Amino acid sequence: MNSAQDPDRGNRKLVVFGILGVTVLAMASMAIGKYSVPPSAILRVLFAGLTGGQPDVDPIQQTVIWNVRLPRVIAGLLIGAALAAAGATYQGLFRNPLVSPDILGVSAGASLGAVLAIFLKMPVPVIQLMSFCGGLLAVAAVYGVGAAVRGRDPVLTLVLAGVAIGAIVGAGISLVKILADPYDQLPAITYWLLGSLTAVTRADVGSILPAMVIGLLPLVALRWRMNVMTLGDEEAQTLGVDTRLMRLALIFGATLITAASVSIAGIVGWVGLVIPHVARLLVGPDFRRLLPAALLLGGGYMLVVDTLARSVALTEIPLGILTAVVGAPFFLWLLASGKRGWS
Amino acid sequence: MLKLISAVTIAFLSVCSASVWARPFTDAAGRVVEIPDNVTRILTAGPPASVLVYVLAPEKLTGWVREPNAQEKEFLLPSARDLPTYGRLTGQGGTANMEAVIAAKPDLIIDVGSVNPTYISLADKVQQQTGIPYVLIDGSFANSAKTLRQVGELLGVSPRAEELAAYAETTLKNLGEGLAKVPAGERPKVYYGRGPEGLETGLSGSINLEILEAAGATNVAAAAGKGGLTNVSLEQVLGWNPEIILGASPKFISAVKSDPSWASVAAVKNGKVFAAPSLPFGWFDSPPGINRLIGIRWLEALLYPKTFDVDLKADVQKFFKLFYQVEVTDAQLDTLLKGAIEKH
Repeated sequence: MNSAQDPDRGNRKLVVFGILGVTVLAMASMAIGKYSVPPSAILRVLFAGLTGGQPDVDPIQQTVIWNVRLPRVIAGLLIGAALAAAGATYQGLFRNPLVSPDILGVSAGASLGAVLAIFLKMPVPVIQLMSFCGGLLAVAAVYGVGAAVRGRDPVLTLVLAGVAIGAIVGAGISLVKILADPYDQLPAITYWLLGSLTAVTRADVGSILPAMVIGLLPLVALRWRMNVMTLGDEEAQTLGVDTRLMRLALIFGATLITAASVSIAGIVGWVGLVIPHVARLLVGPDFRRLLPAALLLGGGYMLVVDTLARSVALTEIPLGILTAVVGAPFFLWLLASGKRGWS
Repeated sequence: MLKLISAVTIAFLSVCSASVWARPFTDAAGRVVEIPDNVTRILTAGPPASVLVYVLAPEKLTGWVREPNAQEKEFLLPSARDLPTYGRLTGQGGTANMEAVIAAKPDLIIDVGSVNPTYISLADKVQQQTGIPYVLIDGSFANSAKTLRQVGELLGVSPRAEELAAYAETTLKNLGEGLAKVPAGERPKVYYGRGPEGLETGLSGSINLEILEAAGATNVAAAAGKGGLTNVSLEQVLGWNPEIILGASPKFISAVKSDPSWASVAAVKNGKVFAAPSLPFGWFDSPPGINRLIGIRWLEALLYPKTFDVDLKADVQKFFKLFYQVEVTDAQLDTLLKGAIEKH
């Protein structure tokens, strides 16, 4: 963070405090799981992994920590942070608290891409790539329609185009489901759409990292202009902001990180919708504070949820179920007791 | 001298243990997987694999993909009834917990079914991540005997596998010989309805109706095209006018018999509406595994009573004894075949 741009020093304190909290959560999450590994072994495996050495532990414990648990914890952090940041961006951009990262069809497009790839019997990396591209294509289509329509409120046009294209993509998903093999493919499609990090590997994390970094750049770089965007197009323009260019850059960034998340985790709802609200209730609507708060809260929340998903029952609980079941009561409680408003 | 002997012995033993440590196995996808010589714990990736491992070596099955319900457990070995449930082990589209899978310490993971690039890469991914050998086995019905022998060898239970494979071969051979005697005009037109409404069915080539096609009957829904499962309308079924209706759900079977809108169908008029037995694994489909071998006998008795001389009850008892290793009492036979055969 560039401290010269920060309005108050409270922001830095908040970030430091948040990073500490998330680190503690990540360490706790590393220690919890179906295969019990003593903390000393976890530390030795991590140390050996970072230095490239061979740890002096049971090889099965090493597999569990290094191949299974660590990729999940990192993926959970990344995906939670990405979805929450994308949600906060979209909500600000569309000046609407009911907006989630799905509003322009990125999740639907990514689902169709993945479902189609499963149907076409593609290998896993191709499924992930088609999912990623599907998400980007759907938003590109929505943006294209929005750009082609002149003389209307551009934000409203985008939202409506998103609804329409989302419906078409949804129909496509249903069609593929009907055609899919009921034993092999249909369950895979169903579970894929429910979202899970069960099979995430280090290679998966590595493959989404570039998209995450490139997508987050515009969000972080433009965080103070984002505040101007929330005033509405006309006022932003009188303040000298190129609203079209801004919108393009922010939508591009938010879409990229959402599509990357969905490509390896499937559809994880609710995080992108609610975490920005929680962040807003905690730090207020100033995007310079809101963005880091959403990133940290999203990452931390996803860690908690994924830890539950892999430790509550013998089989995995889909993330989409847990994000809602855990998040909704917490959100309602915050809503009832919160002092800060929306604007 | 003693030292030399012990050194030679140790060297000999280590060579021996190295040679029994692992053997290469080429699976249906052409992947070469190192298999430990003594395989004692097997995890299955999907339901057809569970059935296959259960019939070959129930003591080696580590857990279920889906927990059997109380009715199903009645026809399973007591030792297998309460095994833990691990979920589907198919990576991103699965429900199995990787840590729980590793904690189960399986020697081998087996998946039986269609082999395609998605499943090949999933198998590679799970094997790489967990370090547990993962083999893919082709599960088509016509290859039942071959599959039994191949997996039997993999599990180190070849004698038992041979016995089961011989049964599968005899069953399919009898079927072929019997069908050759049935004139084309006497192949019945059959409708197979799934779901409580019974309006879900399989098109031509659907894996759910593989066994009906194997039994030489005409799937009336083939008229609607090729593909997988589909929903049809009652109008279509009335138009096809099947001679026999088979249903997966008892609810559907009892509804068809009393619902006036179905009354004009030939099968309903002649009382040829039957429920497909489903215990402990489906006889007709669900899952499409070797559990369907007994379904063939049932269909022979049902579709061609004149051609095939089937003592179904004795056959069921024999099959359950041989494959599921349980004795079926007369009362249990009635449960199994409830609504599935003509009443005498």
